[in-house]
Amino acid sequence: MSPSPVPANTHRVTRPPGALVIDIAGVTKLYKMGAEIIHALRGVSLEIRRNEYLAIMGPSGSGKSTLMNMLGCLDTPTDGRYMFNGKNVAHMEDDELADIRNREIGFVFQTFNLLPRSTALANVELPLIYAGLPAHARRERAAQTLHDVGLGERMLHKPNELSGGQRQRVAIARALVNSPSIILADEPTGNLDSKTGVEIMALFEQLYEDGNTIIVVTHEEDIARHARRIVRLRDGLIESDAPAV
Amino acid sequence: MKRLIYELSESVRIAFAQIRANKLRSALTALGVIIGIVAVTLMGTAISGIDTGFQNSLNMLGDDILYVQKWPWHDVEDWWNYVGRPPITPELATPLNAIIAQTPNSLLEIAVPVAGRGTTAKFNENKVSNVITFGTSADYSRILNVEIQEGRLFNETEDASGRRVCVLGYDIAEALFQGRSALGQQVLLNDQPFLVIGVLAKQGSFLGLMSFDNQAVVPLEAFRKSFGTRRGAELRVKMKDKNKLEEAREELIGAMRRVRAQLPGERDNFSINEQGAIKAQLDPIKSAIAMAGLFITGLSLFVGAIGIMNITFVSVKERTKEIGTRKALGARRRTILLQFLVEAVSICLIGGVVGLLLTYGMVLGVGAAFPSFPADFSIGLVFLSVAVSVVVGIVSGFAPAWGASRLDPVVALRYE
Ligand SMILES: Nc1ncnc2c1ncn2[C@@H]1O[C@H](COP(=O)(O)OP(=O)(O)O)[C@@H](O)[C@H]1O
Ligand SMILES: [Mg+2]
Repeated sequence: MSPSPVPANTHRVTRPPGALVIDIAGVTKLYKMGAEIIHALRGVSLEIRRNEYLAIMGPSGSGKSTLMNMLGCLDTPTDGRYMFNGKNVAHMEDDELADIRNREIGFVFQTFNLLPRSTALANVELPLIYAGLPAHARRERAAQTLHDVGLGERMLHKPNELSGGQRQRVAIARALVNSPSIILADEPTGNLDSKTGVEIMALFEQLYEDGNTIIVVTHEEDIARHARRIVRLRDGLIESDAPAV
Repeated sequence: MKRLIYELSESVRIAFAQIRANKLRSALTALGVIIGIVAVTLMGTAISGIDTGFQNSLNMLGDDILYVQKWPWHDVEDWWNYVGRPPITPELATPLNAIIAQTPNSLLEIAVPVAGRGTTAKFNENKVSNVITFGTSADYSRILNVEIQEGRLFNETEDASGRRVCVLGYDIAEALFQGRSALGQQVLLNDQPFLVIGVLAKQGSFLGLMSFDNQAVVPLEAFRKSFGTRRGAELRVKMKDKNKLEEAREELIGAMRRVRAQLPGERDNFSINEQGAIKAQLDPIKSAIAMAGLFITGLSLFVGAIGIMNITFVSVKERTKEIGTRKALGARRRTILLQFLVEAVSICLIGGVVGLLLTYGMVLGVGAAFPSFPADFSIGLVFLSVAVSVVVGIVSGFAPAWGASRLDPVVALRYE
């Protein structure tokens, strides 16, 4: 497959929403910076279902990344309820959260966050190691996933031998490889030129059409327009939650 | 369990990639461990070498021989209790052997009288002083723990008739005859002529102090005629079973008291000595030296360990973002802990192996330069230093690795 730029809002498929994956209610997050208390989230409630393609938007400092980390079980709320696939994760221990992140969540970062001394293949294998898969199965699945994101030819390259767009594809393959319930991408095009950014968004479109559930955090309208639903944050509160036009 | 093995092998791979990527830094850190391991293993080799030499020396005294003497081998403060003892005379051997023969299931085999004094040996122009000349019976062959290199020991007839024959220690024969055969030659021991009938093989020295190759053995009767036995003698008693030392000693004490016709309650007027007593006396000194040596060299290993700890802290700091990423991908705390421990242990092991090779080379060198120094490089030393390296790696890597495993993933991911 060779992803081509898909113009937003034309001929696009919208899959019917499935089971509830994420259900948060009244979530707050406080950060203490010395004597100062920062209210990063002031009470956010959100339901996200399987097969959704959601964009979280908002100006810088509005709490997008904080919400994203919460949704991705990297962080726990100061207060409020968080049900992930029907399980209450708000008060889970570190290692339980680690296992949920490993099995249920695929992260894509703005800065790719690849291991510099490992090949693309080894990078993609990493979540499978943590999942306890034997070597041959890991290799096979990682290779297949790299192939699916269009990097079948570059599997044994180290990150510094790849372009920015290729690196982000490796990162996306790594997020996909363990067949997670949702993919979380925080500003996935933030470090890419606009042409490459468009290509990456086309890949997300493809992944969505193939049956993945995707949440993208961005502050760019152009990027958000690819999603089917847009949640806007301001000062730690949801300002609006509507289908993309 | 399987997952742990996969994580471990990934950690090893990453650790070596990391070491390769930071060659100089890793080498400098390993150097600290190398120095520490070299110091500790060299000290270990020296200690075990000294120990071996010490044991070899003790074995020259015979581990199955009890010495009946006037004085004990250990220091005494109440010397007045010993000085008045009657001397041990060679003649005591006869009644003692009679008692041994009468005792059913005796643990003692035979008592051999040995008188001794320092003499000067001469042959033509060649002269050796401080020769220890022993006068003994033909039974000496039963307690001799060195080969006769050439010739033979004297027999009972020669002993009884008081013939002036002698068996020379290796060094004396060398010094007097310089490579030529000593057999059939007349040597002068304190200006008394003795016919050489045998030469002993080389034995080495006792604790490097006193040479066992510096002796001459002559028949007791000839010794008496030539030098007199007023200075007293000792009885060397061979045990049948060296593992029953305490019982044999008890039996010998009883037999000696009968020979000396001592009354019940009277204190023994003789001492029973054996090599184990010397060992018991020197062992604490030896282990104190060993402890001090290992402690001092252990300090250099400690410095190496600090280097490892430092480099692991640096590595954790540099890779904070990677730690965050790994946690996001599902690494548990123990995964991260393991990874940095493996890295610390890897550097330590590299240092340990290199250090061990260096020590091995040095020991070979010392062995070639000083063949008499009993430096042995044992397989135990290999296991010890590998174990020490692993322990140093774990101990010094633990604090930074623990810190890494406890990092909040969100904070770690935000780290630039
Ligand atoms: N770990 C943290 N410690 C302290 N303050 C934080 C932390 N993370 C975020 N914040 C603060 O919380 C607010 C929301 O941040 P963030 O979620 O990163 O916003 P966005 O991603 O929308 O730019 C900001 O004011 C930020 O400074
Ligand atoms: Mg952000």
